[in-house]
Amino acid sequence: MTQTLGITVDNISVTYNNARLALYDASCQVQPGTITGLVGPNGGGKSTLFKSIMGFLEPNQGRVSIDGLPIQQAQKRQLVAYVPQADEVDWNFPVSVWDVVMMGRYGYMNLLRIPSPKDRRLVRESLARVGMMDFCNRQIGELSGGQKKRAFLARALAQEAKIMLLDEPFTGVDVKTEKAIIDLLLQLRDAGHTILISTHDLASISTFCDRVILLNQTILASGKTEEVFTEENLAMTFGGLPIRGKGGKEERKKVIGNR
Amino acid sequence: MILDWFTAPLQYGFMVKALWVSAFVGIVCAVLSCYITLKGWSLMGDAVSHAVVPGVVVAYALGIPFAVGAFLFGFGATVAIGYVKENTRLKEDAVIGVVFTGFFAFGLVLSTKIPSNIDLFHILFGNVLGISQGDIIQTLIAGLITLVVILLRRKDLLLFCFDPNHAKAIGLNTKLMYYTLLLVLALTTVTALQTAGIILVVAMLVTPGATAYLLSDRFDRMLAISVGTSLLSCILGVYLSYHLDVATGACIVVLLTLLFVAAMIFAPKYGLLSQLRLNKLYSQ
Repeated sequence: MTQTLGITVDNISVTYNNARLALYDASCQVQPGTITGLVGPNGGGKSTLFKSIMGFLEPNQGRVSIDGLPIQQAQKRQLVAYVPQADEVDWNFPVSVWDVVMMGRYGYMNLLRIPSPKDRRLVRESLARVGMMDFCNRQIGELSGGQKKRAFLARALAQEAKIMLLDEPFTGVDVKTEKAIIDLLLQLRDAGHTILISTHDLASISTFCDRVILLNQTILASGKTEEVFTEENLAMTFGGLPIRGKGGKEERKKVIGNR
Repeated sequence: MILDWFTAPLQYGFMVKALWVSAFVGIVCAVLSCYITLKGWSLMGDAVSHAVVPGVVVAYALGIPFAVGAFLFGFGATVAIGYVKENTRLKEDAVIGVVFTGFFAFGLVLSTKIPSNIDLFHILFGNVLGISQGDIIQTLIAGLITLVVILLRRKDLLLFCFDPNHAKAIGLNTKLMYYTLLLVLALTTVTALQTAGIILVVAMLVTPGATAYLLSDRFDRMLAISVGTSLLSCILGVYLSYHLDVATGACIVVLLTLLFVAAMIFAPKYGLLSQLRLNKLYSQ
């Protein structure tokens, strides 16, 4: 069995066009075979970090590697799947659930993207796994919040990627669906997948995340959930310490480190 | 009597030509318009069509096919728009507005200063009834390339319109998709130049797709409806322009717009009437 390296984020800084500093000197590791929760306040850079990892935006400094490979190469090898936030999707687009899940297979198809029997089988299996087979002919806008999430989860499953990134998968989702998604993530982890999930649903973190990364414009702490996911650290992450400039970061690290 | 209305014009060679060229252009535009409306690139279509003017003038002055000049300037404008947008803090609509009017105005200046026998009126409003053999060939070539490219890359282009991030995540080359779509946009504009003219090309690039979008939730059906409405408008438009003696492009676009309005009101699911009915149902 080959040793997988998970995700390595090395000293990333991102400043947006409007000169807003979104992320600075962020470094962290996502360990293979774990579920890692990315936790931080709104505007704390969670989505920016995700987009940097996926190569959707070019950081001003720093590097990301996935399984030891640069992002683009890892993506060409279908190593990474990404489940977008609900508000990143055009729900009026004229595609069916089946079409969307089939898009997870495009990377395996020839240039004309003609699905093979295997592609069809995997789409069916993925849909069945999230309990969405009955809705496969629906236009995506005709789904409930939870069904929408499950449809995109099925797309990620169909892609058969070892690493999965989920951006806020529990927003607009009922408790039952949230539990179903968590069960699925646990199964995937036990099958050797690496999962990075951003959420501000703090209550459920300790029930399924093996590790936690705390983020507020930079990585404040990361490690095993029971060690890092403490009340003091959370107060630090969501609280009012100075957050701009290196001083703020050092100060926070010191405080967190001392605990 | 009604039959006469349709058959009488067919005794003229120019009418037969105008009919089938317009029909062909209608199909090409309708296919692309589905992607353009879904991607939200309508303004980009407007930009490309205006930006071809200097290309047409230069092409005539140099004695090369008009399609080559038009294509180069149309595509060039989109690249310029992309570059300015990347490197300034301006929003896209402002960039498009600045670039295409610049190209267009430059073309107008050129057309009055470079001696040539082109009729500016024909560039602006089209002249399919007087289309020359050479122009037909150029229209056909540009249109066929467009159709073949879209046919071969249709799934990737649709994915690019729907979810470019996913396309990136599975390792596809989104830059290539972006330029492919711009390329076929420029080619389609060239195709429609003789029929609709620069000012109205954008209607042919947007309206059929917009109409179809109101009528369908599946891309395949949207494509079929788009082609259907476009074809109908183009053929009837040529007839109307013959019988009423008005500009062909204008007739076609008026028909396209009427069909759009009809769809907006009567569409079974997204039409105004069905929304009204739905609201009533809920308020009871």
